[in-house]
Order: sequence, then structure tokens, then C-alpha cells
Amino acid sequence: MQRGWFARRSRIEGLALDEMNDAWVKCNGCQQILFARDFERNLKVCPRCGHHHRLSARERIELLADPDTFVERDAEVVSADPLGFPEYADKLSKGRANSGLPEAMVSGTCTLSGIPIVLAVADFAFMGGSMGSAVGEKVARAMEYALEQRLPIVICSCSGGARMQEGLLSLMQMAKTCAVAAKLHEAGVPYISVLTDPTMAGVLASYASVGDVVVAEPGALIGFAGQRVAQQAQVVKPPPNFQTAEFQLEHGMVDIVVPRKELKHTLHRILRFFTGG
Amino acid sequence: MRTILDFEKPIAELDANIEALKRITAEQGIDKSDEIAALERDRERLLREIFRNLTPWDRTLLARHPQRPYTLDYIRAIFDDFIELHGDRQFGDDGAIVGGMAWLNEKPVVVIGQQKGRDLKERQRRNFGMAKPEGYRKALRLMHLAEKFGRPVITFVDTPAADPGVESESRGISEAIARNLREMIMLRVPIVSVVIGEGGSGGALGIAVADRVLMQEHAIYSVIPPEGCAAILWRDPKRAPEAAEALKLTAHDALRFGVVDEVLEEPLGGAHRDPLAAAQTVKEALLRHLPPLQKLSVSKLRESRYERYRNLGMWQIATE
Repeated sequence: MQRGWFARRSRIEGLALDEMNDAWVKCNGCQQILFARDFERNLKVCPRCGHHHRLSARERIELLADPDTFVERDAEVVSADPLGFPEYADKLSKGRANSGLPEAMVSGTCTLSGIPIVLAVADFAFMGGSMGSAVGEKVARAMEYALEQRLPIVICSCSGGARMQEGLLSLMQMAKTCAVAAKLHEAGVPYISVLTDPTMAGVLASYASVGDVVVAEPGALIGFAGQRVAQQAQVVKPPPNFQTAEFQLEHGMVDIVVPRKELKHTLHRILRFFTGG
Repeated sequence: MRTILDFEKPIAELDANIEALKRITAEQGIDKSDEIAALERDRERLLREIFRNLTPWDRTLLARHPQRPYTLDYIRAIFDDFIELHGDRQFGDDGAIVGGMAWLNEKPVVVIGQQKGRDLKERQRRNFGMAKPEGYRKALRLMHLAEKFGRPVITFVDTPAADPGVESESRGISEAIARNLREMIMLRVPIVSVVIGEGGSGGALGIAVADRVLMQEHAIYSVIPPEGCAAILWRDPKRAPEAAEALKLTAHDALRFGVVDEVLEEPLGGAHRDPLAAAQTVKEALLRHLPPLQKLSVSKLRESRYERYRNLGMWQIATE
């Protein structure tokens, strides 16, 4: 019980792999020591327990896009500090340093097993993948480009939710992204939402939940309220798998849970349904 | 029991003195009218003074004031012949969101709002105004009813947050809110939202995507409660007043960000000191904002609502 709690906790706080040295890594799920090479080759999924560790946006793009086909768009859209919020400027610099990215979302076009798509991927290392105005704008622009070009769009979420440091403006990104999603919906442009660990709060309660197909990675933390809030409010005791991909599947909120090594193939099968025939 | 906020205490003391003098006048027949008039002038001056210098945290407390008028108070004061309609037709009826048919002067409208409770029992029944998925789905059902019969929608926003519990998670609280955001953008009839108390994050936004968003002077609208923000930032919920400052959650901030179209002035001392006057201001604003929206074609209406939300946010273009 205690062990499970620790595993969960470390996952929530975004602790990456405890690197023993370059050759070894410790699994966040089963705590086993693994060969880094095996671990990388297995797409950062533990070969022993199947725990899916977080991917960076670049790694996920590499996983999904056909080699050398990804062309980034809107990389110049970055956060401002509209509220002059305490420590935000520092957090943005740290986010850039941690992720090597200008913003918490990378978007562009590519082919996926030969099918041209728009692809947007969040990166947890940039302020927990949180959605401020810039992330909202990048999601909106990616969707608009999909609409304009009538290309299917795949968005991989990986986010703690709306970005507190931009206050109400972050909250409004929920409405903004859903507004463009409404246009996709009406125009019949396919939108596939991929929920990875974690997809929470303001992101789950907006664009991430309105895909035509909602895919999740095994074990991903997916939910509305942070665990602490949810547990304080409990009258009903949460089940052991509370707010996991499997819990959301069981409750009808996710279409399909797909192991990482099958993700690209499954997305291809789904995309083919929309674009083929 | 009346609740008196700390900064309201000097007013309450004057009120007590005025009351006492009035009692003396009534019981002993001694004319205290000069003294009463003087105290009333003091009271007025003090109220103005206090309310000119409210901090964002003071406003947060006012927005949550237990005597503040709630959605049903506004509905009773503003509309005629309200018929409350219940249930989402899927799971149940959520007391935290009320809605139904009503008349605004001579025009039929659909009214929806979050409802807190007045006493402990009602608070529990209404879950402190924290709606569950069935609440958001009931709201959407009523919006679709409005759409079908060409009636405008008016929503009243007053919630600390959407319900965060296990039940709500199990029934898809995120999906329910997300769907409302998408559907409200596409709705073919005008929507006017009024933030009357707490605009608590996604839970508020779930019924607040509108052509016009109005906000009362002492209401708040925030991505996170100040207590939660302080806990994250400084690991100390007691620093909520500082967080309230940082979050820019007042009506005038929301106006500056373009989130809100108009700030509605409240009676001096806050809506709870004169609920009917507060309701009258809201009613006048509704009567001003609705007719021009009703004149727009459906496509123009939807396009301008889309543009309104599409353009929200402040980001920058990296120079290098």
C-alpha cells in the first residue's frame, strides 16, 4: 500500500528517472534498476512492470512522426507575463532550461505512417505542461491549420492544467481551445486526443476531452481535481485506480488505452478510418 | 445569524448605535433625530471610505458573503413566472445548478445558474454551489431547449468550483465541462452571463461562455481560489490575501483582460445590503444587452461569439 503511494506520488511531482549513472535507470513503477539502453529501446516503458515513463515532446514526436517529416509551426509564440505574477519570469526561464523548448507545447505538421496530419505535443518539463495564453494560442493555431488544410489533428496532452501564473487569461484558454474545436467538429475534421501522464484539470476539462476519439496511455494520471483536493472532498472512498487511464476507460471517458509500443500503429488505424476508403 | 466581515465591523457598530437611538425615540418619546441623522451621515461616509479602499481579498470575502444574494434571489427579483425544470435526463438532478423558463419583462428566456444554500441543510443539498456532471448536463439540456425554441439564455455564475469528488470524476466532470464549452460556442441563440459571486475556475466557465459577460463590482473570477494558489506558491494557505492580489481576480481586472464586457455597480456596501437594488441593476443591464444580440443573424451571432473567445489571452512573439 505504502509502496504504491510512493510510486504515485513521485509520478505526480514529475520526478523523472533517478539516474544512478548513465548506464542505469530506476523504474518509477517497480523501483527496479534497469539498463538505460534497454529502457530507451523500450520507449521508456519498464520492461519488467510496464510502467510508462513520461516522454518529452521531442521524444513523442520522434515516436509518432515518420522520420524527417515533422515541420514545426508557431514556435515563435511564447508566454508573456500579463499579470506581473510573482516568480513567473523565473519559472519561465527554468521551464525553457528544463525542457530545451521555448514553450510547453510543440506543434507542426508531419506524416504518420504516410498520412499527413497536424501534430501538437505538450511537454511536462516546461512548467508541468501547463496551459497559459501561449499554449492556448498554439493549440488554437494548430487546430485552425488543420481546419484550413482539412488535415486530421492529433494532440498529445501532458499537463497539470491551466497555468495559475496567468490567472483568468489561462482559464479563458479552455474556452478558446474549445471554440476552435467546435469549428473542427462542425467541419468534420478529425481530432484525436491522446492523454498521457498526466492530463489534468483545465486541460482535461477543455480541448483534451472533446476529441472524436480519445486515446490514453496505460497508467496515465487523468482527472479533474488534484489528488489532494479530491481526497479532501471525499465522502466516497476513491478506488485504487482512481484517476488513471484505466479508471477513465472503465467510466466511459476514454475510448481506448494503448500501450506505447502500439500507439503509432493504433493512431494509424484510427486515422485510416477517417481518411481512407 | 448575520455574518459581519472584519472590515464591515465599524459599520455594524454605527448601525447598532443608530438602532439604539431609534429605540430611545420610539420607547421614550425623546427626539433623537438630529443625532440619528449625524450618525447616518457618518455611516455613509465610512461606507464610502471603506469601499473605496477594498483589497482583492476583501472583495473575495464579499463575493462569498453568506448574505449575498444568490441566483434564485436574482431570478425572483428580475423575472416573471419562473418555472424550474429539473434533471439531465441521464443520471439525476443537481441542486447546485438551477434552471428553467422565465419571462424578462415581455420576453421568454431560459435562465440557468449555480445556487448555493442559505442554511446548513440547503448548503449540503446544493453541495455549496459545486455542480456535478449532471448539473452541467442539465444546463446544456436547457440551453438546447432554448436553442430549439429560439429563446435567449441568461446564466448566473456563483460557484467556488465544480465538484471535485469521486462521484463527479466517475461520471466525467471534465467531459461535462468541456462539452459545455464547445456547445456554448456553437449555440444558435444569444447567451448573456452574469458573474454574481464567485467565478470559480472551470466550474464557473462551464456555464459562462457567452456573447456578453457581465460582472458585479464585488464578484471575483479566478483560475484558482486564492487559498489554493497560496498553498502552491508559498505552501501557506494563510497567505491567500497576497495570492488574491497576484491573481488579478477582481471585476475591473476581468474587464481589462477583455473577459468581461461590463462591470455592474453594486449598492454601496455590497449587494447584500440592498439585494433588490442590486437585482435592478442586473435587470437593466440584461435589458440593455439582450435586444441588440437578438437582432443579429444566427451566423453573425455565432461568429462574433467565436471571435470573442478566439482572441482572449496575452502572449508574445519571440524575437530571436
